[in-house]
Amino acid sequence: MQIYLPIADLPVNVFLILGMGLAVGYISGMFGIGGGFLMTPLLIFVGISPAVAVATVSSHIAASSFTGALSYWRKRAVDIALALMLLSSGILGTATGVWLFTELRALDQLDLMIGISYVTLLTVVGAMMIYESVRAILRTRHGMPATLRRPGSHTWLHGLPFKLRFKRSKIYVSAIPVWAIGFVIGFVGAIMGIGGGFLLVPMLIYFLRVPTATVIGTSMVLTLVTMASATLMHAATNHLVDAVLALILMVGGVIGAQFGARTGQKMRGERLRLLLGLLVFAVGCRFAYELVVKPDDLFSLRYVESG
Amino acid sequence: MRRIAITLAFIALLCGAGPAVAERLVVSLSNHRVAVTSSFVGEELVLFGTIEPDPVTRPLRPPYDLVVTVTGPRQTLRTRRKERVLGIWVNVDSREFLRVPSYLAILSNRPVNTIANPDTLRRLQIGLDNFLLPQRIGTDFADTVSDDPFRRAFVRLQTQQGLYRESATAVTFLTPTVFRAAIPMPAAVPTGSYGIEVELFTGGNLVARTNSALDVIKTGFEQYVADAARDYGLLYGAVTALMALLIGWFASVIFARD
Repeated sequence: MQIYLPIADLPVNVFLILGMGLAVGYISGMFGIGGGFLMTPLLIFVGISPAVAVATVSSHIAASSFTGALSYWRKRAVDIALALMLLSSGILGTATGVWLFTELRALDQLDLMIGISYVTLLTVVGAMMIYESVRAILRTRHGMPATLRRPGSHTWLHGLPFKLRFKRSKIYVSAIPVWAIGFVIGFVGAIMGIGGGFLLVPMLIYFLRVPTATVIGTSMVLTLVTMASATLMHAATNHLVDAVLALILMVGGVIGAQFGARTGQKMRGERLRLLLGLLVFAVGCRFAYELVVKPDDLFSLRYVESG
Repeated sequence: MRRIAITLAFIALLCGAGPAVAERLVVSLSNHRVAVTSSFVGEELVLFGTIEPDPVTRPLRPPYDLVVTVTGPRQTLRTRRKERVLGIWVNVDSREFLRVPSYLAILSNRPVNTIANPDTLRRLQIGLDNFLLPQRIGTDFADTVSDDPFRRAFVRLQTQQGLYRESATAVTFLTPTVFRAAIPMPAAVPTGSYGIEVELFTGGNLVARTNSALDVIKTGFEQYVADAARDYGLLYGAVTALMALLIGWFASVIFARD
């Protein structure tokens, strides 16, 4: 069944888009991430312009992270103080990202910027996740305890001023790294059309030593607010959010996420991280391939204005 | 520019061919309004017409050739060219095509270059190679030669999208004076007002012309959404974000069984 997308200005097959929503939703539920880094490339692949894809996916991620955030909220696994601190700079990061997005679009370099960001971010993060999870798997195989968090161990981050205590997470850290992380996630999310969950969770664990009990719930609250505000800003400045496309994606996404979550709970943590790492790395390589290989068509058109 | 060309064509016609105006074109379009709805997958419009003697006493002079030029609403587009920079492919050079038709179909009963000589075709802007596509070159506006790489790429990309086309079989003569032209409207057809120019040739000379028009409009829900996104961006964004929250909340209520 074909349906005409009013903003993307092209007809698409509803079941194809719904299927993509389901598949990405399944993966996002399994790993507890938003899945934007998969959804945006898929939409571009179907023929939707990168700009519309990035802007629309932000609303899709807002929907799926809200579902997640609600269930973690009920389990009291959200550190609201930490989330608010991250958000105060996250919004600023998102606004900067949307501004840069608009500027780059005017310079015809947006597609390139999206491509390069994907390559660097996904290959680096993917490789790190693979390395870390393989080590964890080998360690357990050799009968050693897989400890990631060493209580009491301090890094230079703990020496920074403006210290704050977050009760729910039982951590005492400087506000500076918290703000920095929030800004980076908001910025990257607006530029790349990703929630940044797969970045934020490791950052919170490694830099701030947030315990696993509250890390995913807190990350989901942050993702929710940054993506909802990215939707608002993209709609207000670039008029690129396709509500019809977003609706189909959301419906597929939230259903897929439920089944994914069930599969995810049956798997061991380090196996799950290895799988996610491989997936992230593969998507990064796919983007690298596209940048390096000579395109079929060197020319492309861009709409400037009517009349 | 086009008006000047038309005026020139008429002057040339009056001076060169003398009392050549002996034919009159009567055309009718199957549909003057194309409605783009959510299930729109493209459409074909049909233009019917006859060639009538004018004044009645003058005889007709078949065989005739007919060219139908359909132009969509004007828009400005940028053609970009990628080049390899530090190992990756980057948009380096670009040209802006100013106020060019978003849709352009040149339909005829045989290849346009066999209908009239190159000078006439260029003057009347008949055929994709002869249609005026002004580019911004520095501070100047001009159409380049038809084999300019940017112009060729522009026409090729628009043709791939089904927005530009030149068809030598789209016009058929049912009798020597009754014709039918099929105007294809692809799924991604731009909305707005379209002009249809019908030009009749005999012996390589333009002998009669007429025009018609049609509108392509988005209707119902699509139009509503597109208008809202453009005119009330912030409100539209807020509604979309709210929709996201509602669906997220729905899902958590429906599936919360643990």
